[in-house]
Amino acid sequence: MTLVFLALVTWVVTLVLNVRISRSAFSETRIGRLVVPAIFGLTVLLVWELLVRGLQVPTVILPPPSAIGARIAGSLPVLWGDFVQTFVKGALSGWLIGCAAAVATAIAIDRSPFLQRGLLPVGNFVAALPIVGIAPILVMWFGFDWQSKAAVVVVMVFFPVLVNTVEGLAATDRMQRDLMKTYSASYAQTLLKLRLPAAMPFIFNGLKIATTLALIGAIVAEFFGSPIRGMGFRISAEVGRLGLDMVWAEIAVAALAGSAFYGVVALVERGLTFWHPSQRRQR
Amino acid sequence: MRSILPVLTVVAVIVALWYGAAAAMNAQWVRDQAARAGTEVSLAQILPRTMSQERPVLPAPHQVAKGLWEGVAGQKITSKRSLVYHGWITLSATLLGFGIGTGLGILLAIGIIHNRAMDQSVMPWAIASQTIPILAIAPMIIVVLNSIGVSGLLPKAVISAYLSFFPVVVGMVKGLRSPDAMQLDLLSTYNASRAQAFWKLRLPASMPYLFASLKVGIAASLVGAIVGELPTGAVAGLGARLLSGSYYGQTIQIWSALFAAAIVAAALVGIVGAIQTRVLRRMGMAR
Repeated sequence: MTLVFLALVTWVVTLVLNVRISRSAFSETRIGRLVVPAIFGLTVLLVWELLVRGLQVPTVILPPPSAIGARIAGSLPVLWGDFVQTFVKGALSGWLIGCAAAVATAIAIDRSPFLQRGLLPVGNFVAALPIVGIAPILVMWFGFDWQSKAAVVVVMVFFPVLVNTVEGLAATDRMQRDLMKTYSASYAQTLLKLRLPAAMPFIFNGLKIATTLALIGAIVAEFFGSPIRGMGFRISAEVGRLGLDMVWAEIAVAALAGSAFYGVVALVERGLTFWHPSQRRQR
Repeated sequence: MRSILPVLTVVAVIVALWYGAAAAMNAQWVRDQAARAGTEVSLAQILPRTMSQERPVLPAPHQVAKGLWEGVAGQKITSKRSLVYHGWITLSATLLGFGIGTGLGILLAIGIIHNRAMDQSVMPWAIASQTIPILAIAPMIIVVLNSIGVSGLLPKAVISAYLSFFPVVVGMVKGLRSPDAMQLDLLSTYNASRAQAFWKLRLPASMPYLFASLKVGIAASLVGAIVGELPTGAVAGLGARLLSGSYYGQTIQIWSALFAAAIVAAALVGIVGAIQTRVLRRMGMAR
């Protein structure tokens, strides 16, 4: 009971602390902006730990964070193997192929307004569909190994990136295109020097949506059959054995990998589209 | 309206490609059968046989359409083979989850815009959580809720709610903050209370953002409900149809379930879109 009481005390104390900080001038600084969410995150972990121990929740329902941490530290090779199988082989290769294919398709249909008008609604429609459902079919076609996962990822990321790229290629002003014409620029020159750079913010928007989809596709596809490694396989196998600490460890790895993937794409975006208003530093 | 012809062309091209792919991918099986029977087959004989197989690698569009029609209209609605029955199970979990997720999301967004501490501590996590493959925890939620005695509709709805929750939070926070300083100043010159400012300015101004995130949220809810049906061992629902189809190699069943899911998704997004158009027009915000 004392632990439960302690959890309540921790919650109230950190809450007061956060309210204090967010009212002070400190929260406007760069460090302050990181400290407040960090305190909140730590509070959640701490309260979770104390409540699970205090109320004696069985570990098959909810393991405490410390047990998950211990499991992560204790099974690094397994986690690394799953990470390579699912993320590097499945998600990353599928993401690269799918995004490259989508951008190439967008440029290919760029010259035909007819195709664009037809493809955009279809693309928007497909982007809203539950495409993960295609996973069992692709697992049947490409086998259990990472190729089928990469195929699922390709299909999942293709349409969001395609729609965004087509929109981006149409984002230049008439004035800008006219200027290129007065320079007597060829189609290729206009594309490379004006329209692709102008489309970059849109393309990166699609690429960032695709990072999350890629990881989801790779993990869910493993539920339909996979060799004996991979994050999705481990999750469904350990859930069956009620090894919930391992499941949470995989989820932590997936969360880290997902945020890191997104972060890297966002960093590349900042480097390539530094001129766009959304990248300007806010004062 | 002028984009109907291009859309139809693109759809026709896709169907044509599909028929071509079906012929190419199913031809091997026909050749194998012929080789086993010790007969030769000509190309003209292969083609019709690729279109009417029991378990094709890729079913032709008309086979899928037939499977879909039989699933929807050829069975009693209560039959275990009826797609309406399975679709309804998935749909009810989706709608329940979507309702819970949207309600909680709007409440959290209201809390966030009125409380600075909450904004600074919760908002970064809400945004970061969008980069996390949340679907990966679906099997765990199902099993854990099963082990504490909750089964049936609710576990799937929890996953749906979780998936639709974050888009709604992020969209609503943006929307409730969308009135500019001038409008907020006007309300303070009227001596309006915070509640009045909320009901008369912030909430109406947030509607376009709300509907944009509702569309994302309801599509995500459906995906969540379908994936939530996978680990329960294929009992009922469209996800269960997918899984049992993949166990037994019933490709036509998989494709029909997939198209049923697509139709449900399109209908849900369409309904939200229609409500959006009407509401925004009534509010004078339609463009």
